[in-house]
Amino acid sequence: MSQIKIPREDMKYILATDVGSTTTKARIFHRKDGEWRFLAAGEAPTTVETPYEDVTMGVQNAVREVEELTGHKILSPDGSGIVVPHNGDTGVDIYCTTSSAGGGLQMMVAGLIKSMTAESANRAALGAGAIVMDVIARDDGRMPYQKIQRIRSLRPDMILLAGGTDGGASAHVMEIAELIKASEPKPRLGIGYKLPIVYAGNKSLRPQIEKLMSEGFALDMVDNIRPVLEVENTEPARRAVHELFMEHVMSHAPGYTKLMKWTDVDIMPTPAGEGMAMQLIADTFKENVLGVGLGGATTNVYSIVDSKFVRSVSANLGMSYSVTNVMKEAGIENITRWIPFKLEEEEVSSRLMNKMIRPTTIPQTLEDLIVEHSVAREALRLGLSHHRTIATRLKGVQFERTISDMFEQEREATYVKMMVIDILAGTGGLLSHAPRRIQSMLILTDAWQPEGVTKMFQDSVFMMPHLGVLSTVYRDAAWSIFDKDCLVRLGTCVAPAGTAELGAPVMKVEMTMPGGESLVEGLSLGEVKLIPLAEGQEAKAIITPAKQFDMGDGPGKAVEKTITGGVAGVLLDARGRPIYLPEEDNARKELLIKWFRSLDMYPEDKLKELL
Amino acid sequence: MSEKFQDSEEKSVEAHAYTPGLKVKRSMTVDKTRRLPIFGEVFVNEGDVVDHELIVARTEISGDPEIVKVAMLLGVEPEDLPLYMLKKIGEQVEEGEILANYAAFFGLIKKQVVSPKSGTIESISDITGQIIIRGDPIPVDVDAYIPGKVVEVLPKEGAVIETNAAFIQGIFGIGGESHGEIRMAVDRPDNVLSEDLITTEDKGAVLIGGSLVTLGALKKSVEIGVSCIVVGGIRHDDLISFTGEEIGVAITGQEEMGLTVIITEGFGTMRMSQSTFDLLKSFEGYQASVNGATQIRAGVLRPETIIPHQEIAEQGSEELSSGMVPGTPVRIIRQPYFGAIGLVKFLPVERQQVESESYVRVLDVELDDGTVVTVPRANVEIIEE
Repeated sequence: MSQIKIPREDMKYILATDVGSTTTKARIFHRKDGEWRFLAAGEAPTTVETPYEDVTMGVQNAVREVEELTGHKILSPDGSGIVVPHNGDTGVDIYCTTSSAGGGLQMMVAGLIKSMTAESANRAALGAGAIVMDVIARDDGRMPYQKIQRIRSLRPDMILLAGGTDGGASAHVMEIAELIKASEPKPRLGIGYKLPIVYAGNKSLRPQIEKLMSEGFALDMVDNIRPVLEVENTEPARRAVHELFMEHVMSHAPGYTKLMKWTDVDIMPTPAGEGMAMQLIADTFKENVLGVGLGGATTNVYSIVDSKFVRSVSANLGMSYSVTNVMKEAGIENITRWIPFKLEEEEVSSRLMNKMIRPTTIPQTLEDLIVEHSVAREALRLGLSHHRTIATRLKGVQFERTISDMFEQEREATYVKMMVIDILAGTGGLLSHAPRRIQSMLILTDAWQPEGVTKMFQDSVFMMPHLGVLSTVYRDAAWSIFDKDCLVRLGTCVAPAGTAELGAPVMKVEMTMPGGESLVEGLSLGEVKLIPLAEGQEAKAIITPAKQFDMGDGPGKAVEKTITGGVAGVLLDARGRPIYLPEEDNARKELLIKWFRSLDMYPEDKLKELL
Repeated sequence: MSEKFQDSEEKSVEAHAYTPGLKVKRSMTVDKTRRLPIFGEVFVNEGDVVDHELIVARTEISGDPEIVKVAMLLGVEPEDLPLYMLKKIGEQVEEGEILANYAAFFGLIKKQVVSPKSGTIESISDITGQIIIRGDPIPVDVDAYIPGKVVEVLPKEGAVIETNAAFIQGIFGIGGESHGEIRMAVDRPDNVLSEDLITTEDKGAVLIGGSLVTLGALKKSVEIGVSCIVVGGIRHDDLISFTGEEIGVAITGQEEMGLTVIITEGFGTMRMSQSTFDLLKSFEGYQASVNGATQIRAGVLRPETIIPHQEIAEQGSEELSSGMVPGTPVRIIRQPYFGAIGLVKFLPVERQQVESESYVRVLDVELDDGTVVTVPRANVEIIEE
């Protein structure tokens, strides 16, 4: 619960932190001349592990750095926390924080049917900011003994159990409940921790569930996640998960009881804060957004399509701790396909293993940077592919069929189509710290292959989670900072969907630039071009795709759009969808080099040395 | 972006970032907490002197459950199941014993369900029509792992064992706890440990290699029964071939290869640090306790070699790492100087641009051969000796 007592108009300073798995990041915001702006950042290693085992130490170190940079005193001299409210050059008016230290919130989810209640439960857990360790369902293809073995080997922080519509299936739901009970899942947080379980299934089974589960678990029962097949109601379950996270999980993590007393707003899992920030973008622009938090351990993907918000977390796709899992899942050949020079696969895999065992190191050489950028493309690609399995239409719902549907084999599972996405937004160390902004723009483009006209944004110095949690109590301040200091407008990607032979015409772009001058570009397959258009500027464009290409209005149909500029510019991408990348090694490398050079991706002299 | 914002970004990044190094200590007090996964019985008392094999605590975890869909197998409604059960909740059953019996039409139709395993009837559900048979409890023992003295008893949970030892952390390992005599398989830290260097005399030993262990050497070690290999590097492909699976996320220690492997430097051919090599060599013939378990995230756990001995522990060796100052010995842990060792020469305050064009905080390191190189601070680790 928010405990903010100071009127918003009297506020002058806000402190927000994110206690990450490796680094605690503090950000201070300041209101000057009526406008909220970012002021300074401080970072320090997170102190959740031995020998420290108290997260507030890391928070104090990060905040102390903010104090040094600003001269503004924030910490109580006696070490008791944060000074609230501000008075002159001391104190802040709100302190809020997100956290993913110690592995975040790890959940096991169970439902009756994999594609129905289990899928809805999965979405609810993910929406609450959890890492879902496994989804157990009656039809998940595993024998009961295999499910039992799996549950016994997991160490969840919490379980979400769904199943059945209200008044619907009961015996089968109880089977799942009995299976969980029999497995005696052991919590990760050890002896003395009562494992919370949220029941969000058929409400007529509540007495039986209570009888079965009240002993040995901390049971909470909420409204059914699928009261009827046509409705998905994840909010009560999501809220219960969040409350139990605060009550049980957080209070068991080292130092969190203390940190909870310091904050004015409930501690939020980092991905939940990040999700709030993505929703803030969608709300403000009233457009469809596809966002990503590409972290060291996880890749979180967020979609807001026609106001429907879905979050997925790929727990083992990331750029440091999980970098070798990206290699395992993508295959080393999919990583090396983005490298334009000779580097043996064994060398690449050894480097990635070394990054995994020493996750805080950063690329010093251009060669190493390009290897990391190659991995990032694959982590993003796999993350989106995972997201699409979650961002689906409700299954089990009867649709009215039309004549045209009769020719469809089945309804396409996901509604996250690149042509309907208006904005791509990225955050996370690799994207935020890319030495040239065009690098993050091209990495996102290569991985997700936006279609039509897509605006591209990124986080400046990782403060989306901070602003997400702040937006829950002070939206206007959060948006002001977000808009001016956090959201870097990279530019716009213009890319027709379709395929053709290398060199075949793809599109003609006629742009009227802000000064009134005209610019006409014709691009053939395999070409990319960057048109400078600064942040805050707009250009009118008529884009005419070749007959087998589509800009959203159908093959060959011209579209008229307003293109917005950014720090990188306007990326005209005529590489086809899916992007044309030759199988033959030399041809592939040549094409990659051509793209990198025409976009000025990397320093030419160093790139030349590598080729 | 505002000017102010860019200024503060410049100043803020990584001010406190450093990588605490791996411990390589000749003599220190090593405490090992030996804890049961659930409450049980502790067999030792404070002050007891224990050997590494001694069982310090024991418990039983509940056996595996088995679900039997009795109502379905009998062809009766779940709510009628209790009528046909021959066994009650809490009763012991043997494998093959009749659990439930159904007869109709004066005995013309007979159906029986027998127990698929021995155990105890835990539940009989009249909602699902299934019963749960709980298998026999599984005993769990915790041994002392290191020889030493019991300095604390954790009631119902275990004990803390303390010893004076050399303590060498590795960077990555596979396989669990093991023991053996330290034997040097190579003469120099840049030698490759190949299969021809392993003999039957190495059975049960903790074998020390140099820059690389080959796949052939790993396989031969398993054949002979080598207890553990401690070596500078391993090829990624060889590790996959040896374990039979790719390592996705570094949570290891559960592998049952019959061999514990500890890597001290990293993947690829990596010369073992001279000080680590020399330290291990000086304890040739000593007994060591080793563990390959590695966990990089959520509770960092590195593999370890513990060599108990009677030399007196250095004073003040257990302080929290205080960061780097000129003269601090460091190891570079990323290209282009991966594996190089030197002393911190200078720590510039301002961020500098490196070859990748990133602006990062750097440091100058004077390498063993006298050359001075500039590397990101994030790319070195302190050598804790």
